[in-house]
Amino acid sequence: MANFNLKINGKAHTVEVADDTPLLWVLRDHLGLVGTKFSCGIAQCGACTVHVNGAATYSCVLPVSSVGNAEVVTIEGLSEDADHPVQKAWAEVDVAQCGYCQVGQIMTAAAFLEENPNPTMEEIDNAMNRNICRCGTYHKIREAVALAAKTK
Amino acid sequence: MSTVVKASRRDFLKIAGTSVGGLVIGFNWFSCDSPKVEVISTEEILAQAKSFNSYLSIAPSGDIVIYSPNPELGQNIKTSFPMVVAEELDADWERVRVVQANLDTEKYDRQLTGGSGAMPHSWEILRKAGATAKYVLVAAAAKAWNVPAGEITVEKGIISHKGSGKSGHFGEFVAEAATITAPEEVVLKDKKDFKIIGTPVKNVDTKEMYTGKPLYGLDFYREGMKHAMIQRAPFGMKIKSVDDAAARAVAGVTDVVTFGTSVAVVGDSTWPLMKAKKLLRVEYETDGLVESTTDHDRIFADLMANGKAEVKRSDGDVTQAFKNAAKVVVAEYQCPFLAHSPMEPENFFAHVQADKVELIGPTQTPDRARQAAAEITGIPKENITVEITRLGGGFGRRLRADYAEEAVHVSKAINAPVKVTWTREDELTGGAYRPAVRYRFEAALDPEGNMIGYKLRGVGMNEANSTRPNNFPCGAVENVLIENVVHTTPITINPWRAPVTNFLAYAEQSFLDEVALEAGKDPVQLRLELYERAKANPIGKTDYNVNRMIAVTKEVAERSNWGKDPNVKQGLSVYFSHRSYVAQVADIEMQGGTPVLKKITAVTDCGMVVNPIGANHQVRGGIVDGMGHAMYTNLTFENGVPKQRNYDSYRLIRLKEVPEIETHFLDSGFDPTGLGEPALPPTGGAIANAIFAATGRRLRSQPFIEQKEFSDIKLEIRRA
Repeated sequence: MANFNLKINGKAHTVEVADDTPLLWVLRDHLGLVGTKFSCGIAQCGACTVHVNGAATYSCVLPVSSVGNAEVVTIEGLSEDADHPVQKAWAEVDVAQCGYCQVGQIMTAAAFLEENPNPTMEEIDNAMNRNICRCGTYHKIREAVALAAKTK
Repeated sequence: MSTVVKASRRDFLKIAGTSVGGLVIGFNWFSCDSPKVEVISTEEILAQAKSFNSYLSIAPSGDIVIYSPNPELGQNIKTSFPMVVAEELDADWERVRVVQANLDTEKYDRQLTGGSGAMPHSWEILRKAGATAKYVLVAAAAKAWNVPAGEITVEKGIISHKGSGKSGHFGEFVAEAATITAPEEVVLKDKKDFKIIGTPVKNVDTKEMYTGKPLYGLDFYREGMKHAMIQRAPFGMKIKSVDDAAARAVAGVTDVVTFGTSVAVVGDSTWPLMKAKKLLRVEYETDGLVESTTDHDRIFADLMANGKAEVKRSDGDVTQAFKNAAKVVVAEYQCPFLAHSPMEPENFFAHVQADKVELIGPTQTPDRARQAAAEITGIPKENITVEITRLGGGFGRRLRADYAEEAVHVSKAINAPVKVTWTREDELTGGAYRPAVRYRFEAALDPEGNMIGYKLRGVGMNEANSTRPNNFPCGAVENVLIENVVHTTPITINPWRAPVTNFLAYAEQSFLDEVALEAGKDPVQLRLELYERAKANPIGKTDYNVNRMIAVTKEVAERSNWGKDPNVKQGLSVYFSHRSYVAQVADIEMQGGTPVLKKITAVTDCGMVVNPIGANHQVRGGIVDGMGHAMYTNLTFENGVPKQRNYDSYRLIRLKEVPEIETHFLDSGFDPTGLGEPALPPTGGAIANAIFAATGRRLRSQPFIEQKEFSDIKLEIRRA
């Protein structure tokens, strides 16, 4: 067990956990940030996606000890009031069925559009292929990312 | 005075604040009594509402709360149910707030999610709820204004009387409305006057979902709550010994509890438990059959040839028909086991106390969780509450209460509130499954290629009947024999989205394609001829409406340009399940020797479409689900344990593997039926038949990518 100082959503947090604790469980169990989801735990499905220094990152396999001074952004810090262009596009397109994977999808899309503001559909597909949606909302995910890129 | 029943905590204050002094409408649909309309206090509601079945409340402000009793797992019921109530109420949808109701078997009936049955079951109930509320509000306004109720109109929550120029919103009349006796019968709206039903209404949980608010069971935390993770025995085995020393030594682990064939590690947070669980040393011993996939293949072959069958349907004389046949077509089809694999792993919170139990979590059958808790603890059901969270998918997995039972066992053992969380590995290895099934189809054809005999023999597992004896082509063929053989396995079998038909449809629709080829008929023509026979001279009992089968088949042929473009190889599949009709055509184009899956066209008749957004979601989602599992997914067993333990080996379909899907809905004039399941069954057959048309390879087993017939086919997917 050790103390870790983390920068999450622009705020400083200190947690005392084992150094191999994945960032996902620090967020959920210790900081009450439950928007970031657990699903596979092995970096395959993307439900746990957060931004680490702006990059879409699987938090389920990222040990807290390797986060260091990096800026972590979770869905709770993506916008003030659901008004990030990607969140707005997701609402406009009405993407979700069960909705469980959608936070991870939104975080992947937001980081991707930051890097590539005017993507082709092919680039959108490549970027979003890292996240699984078991309900099969893939058509709407593509549509929402394209809309977010257009309205940004 | 207030009108609130216990909602989930996060909604409680919000609603209490808006509904003070409001109108509550309750219905007892068990006894078909007339609706009761009262203004009562919170305490009175909690005490007296027992005879009520479902309700909405309207606050003096005009805000409306509609309770949604059925678990929401992505089928969109939490949006579509309230739409139906609001429609008959002529409410302003912007003023409607939806609250997930907790389990209450005295207020609600059929409070479960399964079988695509919620909408057909509740359609009329919901309409009456809204219409009755409107009736008493209108009567109250008529009384207040001293005008005839018949001259009053209602639009978007505003009650108006043209003659006197008076108008007011619902909230102004709630107190008076409570004094009006509700009628036993109310007039429902003409469907052509619907303003909310049939329009694209967005998901009511949109903002909460996209901002990461705690909606799901796994998001539930409470001060002082323990966490638990569980090591389960392989199927067919029991515990011989447990060495938990290393697990207990992990910092953060507070207890290890053994019950039945399970060992639970308990602690203050999740990660230490994930580590500790791997350090448990549990020895198992055989306790019955221990099966591997190779055993299943052998058992299927044996039972197909020699198994004792139960006859499910027998029309005419099949023996004679096959003796007389000019041609006989025979083919066998087999599918693997599948896990449900909802994105939110199984989890449940339980707090067992001396005289009561509190349960919170994702469940398709809250009453089953309560019943199980009562049996485990001996505490009467009346003292057990179940709060239903939003479900991160279900697909049938959460019809079982096993994970809620585990939480009850652990809470009881440690005498503390606890949340049990499954890992993905737990979900794939210790779960419940769509069983492997094998079918043999035989068709007897006369010299003109007409089917004069049809035989289906299914070998299934455990209690499930692997056949559907009243489905097409039954009714269209004079001589039919359908029989089922059962193998009893220790592996837990469970309904999986579109139980039985999720594979039976694939096998049957592929076989009909084989019959069409052998009969020298076009697959659309073959079906239309059979439908006409079932229509003109139906043989025995059938569950489907042949006119609706004809309509979706003709429509999908039209919409998909069936047979018009020689460069496009097409596969047809038409299936009736869960009261709805879905026809699909898959298009494959050969490009330089490579088959490219370009599009799937779907025509659905689910009666009236309540919410086009939700309906599109369910059809496209069902197709993606059906395609993904037919193409890619396999679960195999070795000595009672699944070999695929996570998404690195248990392959789910991803975004780049999904073609364009075009959806159409036929308005057949029928009341709405469910859509959570019916779009899935036809998909595998449509794709397999298109692959055959394009490559000449017939796929008789799933998943396609593991079949030798598919090994040199590099199917590309063209996205829209």
